[in-house]
Amino acid sequence: MEDGTKQAEGILIEGMRKRYGEGDTAVDALKEVNMRVMPGEVVGLIGPSGSGKSTLLKCLGAVIEPTAGRMTLGREVIYDNGWQIRDLRALRRDKIGFVFQAPYLIPFLDVTDNVALLPMLAGHPNAESRKRAVELLEALDVAHRAAAMPSQLSGGEQQRVAIARALVNRPPVILADEPTAPLDSQRALAVIRILNRMARQYQTAIIVVTHDEKIIPTFRRIYHIRDGRTHEEAGEGREFE
Amino acid sequence: MISLAARDVLHAWGKFVFTGMGLGLLIGVTLTMAGVYRGMVDDAKVLLNNSGADLWVVQQKTLGPYAEPSSVHDDLYRSILAMPGVADAASVTYLTMQVRQGERDVRAMVVGIVPDGPGVPGYLVAGRQITRSHYEAVADIATGFKLGQLIRIRRHDYTVVGLTRRMVSSGGDPMVFIPLRDAQEAQFLKDNDAIISERNRTAANPAFNRPGVLEAVIDSQSSNPFVNAVLVQIKPGFTAEEVAEPIRRWKRLQVYTRAQMEEILVAKLIATSSKQIGMFLVILAIVSAAIVAFIIYTLTMGKIREIAVLKLIGTRNRTIAAMIMQQAVGLGLIGFVVGKISATIWAPMFPKYVLLEPGDALRGFIAIVFICILASLLAIRAALKVDPAEAIGG
Ligand SMILES: Nc1ncnc2c1ncn2[C@@H]1O[C@H](COP(=O)(O)OP(=O)(O)OP(=O)(O)O)[C@@H](O)[C@H]1O
Ligand SMILES: [Mg+2]
Repeated sequence: MEDGTKQAEGILIEGMRKRYGEGDTAVDALKEVNMRVMPGEVVGLIGPSGSGKSTLLKCLGAVIEPTAGRMTLGREVIYDNGWQIRDLRALRRDKIGFVFQAPYLIPFLDVTDNVALLPMLAGHPNAESRKRAVELLEALDVAHRAAAMPSQLSGGEQQRVAIARALVNRPPVILADEPTAPLDSQRALAVIRILNRMARQYQTAIIVVTHDEKIIPTFRRIYHIRDGRTHEEAGEGREFE
Repeated sequence: MISLAARDVLHAWGKFVFTGMGLGLLIGVTLTMAGVYRGMVDDAKVLLNNSGADLWVVQQKTLGPYAEPSSVHDDLYRSILAMPGVADAASVTYLTMQVRQGERDVRAMVVGIVPDGPGVPGYLVAGRQITRSHYEAVADIATGFKLGQLIRIRRHDYTVVGLTRRMVSSGGDPMVFIPLRDAQEAQFLKDNDAIISERNRTAANPAFNRPGVLEAVIDSQSSNPFVNAVLVQIKPGFTAEEVAEPIRRWKRLQVYTRAQMEEILVAKLIATSSKQIGMFLVILAIVSAAIVAFIIYTLTMGKIREIAVLKLIGTRNRTIAAMIMQQAVGLGLIGFVVGKISATIWAPMFPKYVLLEPGDALRGFIAIVFICILASLLAIRAALKVDPAEAIGG
């Protein structure tokens, strides 16, 4: 708790472990993960296949339970050798934004409602939710497509809508899993630029899992994960604007 | 909050509407089956209503005259007329047979009636009642006969002088009314060869070989003194049971009141058909449920990714279950509307009367909603099993 109060913001992961299965067939996917991402910061998480990236995202996203360790979000201890929070669904809805490799927009909702759905799920009135959605779409330069269906958007536009959706509930953390994989290098850099801008604007801590050589040089800080262990290193933090 | 179900339906409306139409035709068939049954019951009631009788006097220990053969003597009506509370009584015969008109044979129930007596069709849509005691007929409009046409029943031609409506037997055959005498003859008529050989046999019998006796015997053999029932109208102020009971006791006959007759027609005569139709309804319900379940399951499986995402971003299980269930019910609603409309369109084309009762439509509607909810459970179960971690992938 002392650590949590000292580091009052961002996301802090200490000694996180995850074991799949039991006995002979057990797999230790995460052995020792330590990370800290400050509000307004975008960090890269890179590592070879099978190193535990997806496992870590799932733990952070509260969709699987870690085996041990501690996770602090803002001032709140989320996990301390067991969930400290009862309603993980509300946690995901209010505290964590997700951006995936594919945008996974809801095909039967238009762009605005794809974004507005989250505040609606959190109980906000439709009009207010849509207003918030449109504001974000404007910030992300897709407001002109607000009434379109997801299938009518380009890949880059879809990804920006997905980012808007991740941001709309103002979560302190956004987890992005290969968000630039399907995009060409210009679009990929544009997405990273947006993530950086949003991180600063909304004081969000953003973790980007990636293999993408095009964007790796943009991170100021990178966590390498190898065989379930994280190693922090400085990135190039190359200016791209 | 917006309705996810409605949005999804609007997005994939083609799939929905087509499935709904298919389901609707099935529901239409179901409603029609129920209508066929209702039509049979209604036909039976109309038959009893239009018969103009309060009591049916039939042969002892039979369910006559509609559900079982019954035979009583044709002078019975006279003694019944003398019973207390009887306003009028008349013999009646029923015989299902082919009636020929021009080149056409129509299967009909030929009813022998006494002109002016009980049993005369209640109202006519055209023409007049039978007035002569021979060779006139009043036909139900469903026979297709026209006023003035000649129709052939057995060996005689009859002129159609009146048309009536909704007078069909419990088997659905339209009725043709002819004078009782003609009907008795038609019912028991032997062909000429049979009559001659019967006469010869009688003449050869030494017991009849006395003056006058032979003629009387032959006469009694070639006429028919039997009818199927006596229809009785009761005087005002008497209950059916009050009049029926003495006839039962003194005349050793079976007497049915209106309520009992209805019970016989509906419970005995239509019972098999209603079981048949009930079986159909069960099968149709199962098939509809299977279709809804299959379609909703398929649609849901096609949305597994979206459902995983919805769960990941914090959608409640309840919201997802409601989405699927609402879609199933929506499908049912489309089906019901299509079914109701198609049943209404095709019901009049059926050869037998199909009665679509609003009550049946309501019951059908409730059953459909129930079936759809049940059918969506499979898909809901699958959707709830989806792991939000799937949205993140490997
Ligand atoms: N559900 C599971 N049950 C058992 N083992 C698992 C499970 N999920 C992952 N693993 C194992 O845990 C290790 C880490 O897997 P993870 O999916 O986190 O790797 P990754 O870094 O995302 O790899 P990639 O870059 O290929 O996606 C792997 O050895 C994998 O086989
Ligand atoms: Mg992975």
